[in-house]
Amino acid sequence: MIPAKFDYVRPGNLDETLAILKDREGEAKLLSGGYSLIPLIKLRLAQPALLVDLRDVSGLDGVGETDDYLRIGARATHRQIHEADIIRDRYPLLHDVTATIGDPQVRNWGTIGGSVAHADPASDWPAVLLAASATIVCRSQSGPRAIPAREFFLDTFQTAIEPTEVLTEIRIPLRPRGAGGAYQKLERKVGDFATVGVAAIVRLGPDGAIASAGIGITGVADAPFAATDAEAVLAGNPPNDDLFRQAGAAAAAQSRPFGDVRGPVEYKRAMAAELTLRALRTALERALAYV
Amino acid sequence: MTTHHITVTVNGEAHEADVESRLLLVHFLRDDLGLTGTHVGCDTSNCGACTIHVDGESAKSCTMLAVQADGRELKTIEGMASEPTLHPLQQAFWDQHGLQCGFCTPGMIMQAAWLLAENPNPDEAEIREGISGNLCRCTGYVNIIKAIQQAAGTLRESESAPVVAAATVEGQEVSAEPAAAG
Repeated sequence: MIPAKFDYVRPGNLDETLAILKDREGEAKLLSGGYSLIPLIKLRLAQPALLVDLRDVSGLDGVGETDDYLRIGARATHRQIHEADIIRDRYPLLHDVTATIGDPQVRNWGTIGGSVAHADPASDWPAVLLAASATIVCRSQSGPRAIPAREFFLDTFQTAIEPTEVLTEIRIPLRPRGAGGAYQKLERKVGDFATVGVAAIVRLGPDGAIASAGIGITGVADAPFAATDAEAVLAGNPPNDDLFRQAGAAAAAQSRPFGDVRGPVEYKRAMAAELTLRALRTALERALAYV
Repeated sequence: MTTHHITVTVNGEAHEADVESRLLLVHFLRDDLGLTGTHVGCDTSNCGACTIHVDGESAKSCTMLAVQADGRELKTIEGMASEPTLHPLQQAFWDQHGLQCGFCTPGMIMQAAWLLAENPNPDEAEIREGISGNLCRCTGYVNIIKAIQQAAGTLRESESAPVVAAATVEGQEVSAEPAAAG
């Protein structure tokens, strides 16, 4: 399929990029890996007048811990994140998700910032960012703006990013001792978007009870959401399968799936409950192993 | 206003062209350069028939714009064989009957080549995962996996064969030791 006509620019740095976005407010789309945007413009579901290629913009790469958070540059590819030592050693939730996004070609080129900004309601990253209560940093000519993940995913393909902003980095809270996370995804075939995807984080207190939990769910609502009712079920209670089943039921009740080729509403609700249970079990194992 | 001058190296040969912003890389390869070995299958980033290497990384050329390839090195199926010898992957697909209709084969071979460059000794599960972005509707994949295993063996043997190579290190000519067998 041939995209509609558009213009293309490849600015050399972030300031130039921000100036272009300001001049062409509302007309321009940012191009990173392209694996979300190009399929859309080929289907003519998106018809931007201008593509702004971020390829030559430096400062948007890298994966590493600062004193305060895990920083992932917006242009880090899924594969770079998957292969980063820090992710493999200390962030198994992120390592789970980077193994399951798309296929190897997609992971070679697709970037976390592109995926998050695209905000497909069944994509994997948003579940993780919601579970972790991550922060998404955007920059405009007025300066940087840190947006909590839980205020970021507004609706289907809609986020809190302004047309004059560039998503520059993702900040994920450092993993404390006694905390673990996991991602569980149900897909029709390898590489598919999630029928349901559940990211869960369990943080254990010194008494062995769950001090707090984070659950993010994708695929079963207009936008990925934080399963706050399930989190409330878990907080303060000793972890066990009964509790996890209650949390799963609460997560399913909070979901708002559509029936489509990936299954009817009741099936998707049931799978949201089951995957929440499974993600919590693995998250707990990892929390207990990280003391 | 929507035309751009690009310079790309394809299979070792430099090309310059003026391309429209919206021209897809796969169409540039097929229609402008005549390299029709790269196939358009699903045209929706699913099937992998259009897989090529861009700066050494496998990519779906239906999901890249030609203008994004500016300044990059591309490799397509046409760049695999060293005449008259087939690339070990091409030979292995032949030997193992790793194709029936052949439509997915160029993409399958390019993805397998990338996989073997990353992981010279993959097990079956790693091969299946490595080609999970490439669809074959004929073979059921069994012979494709056998072919990739055969080629992996051939490539490992050629890597470990005793060769005396000359390399220049910091301006000095040195002879390299034969690479250790994996």
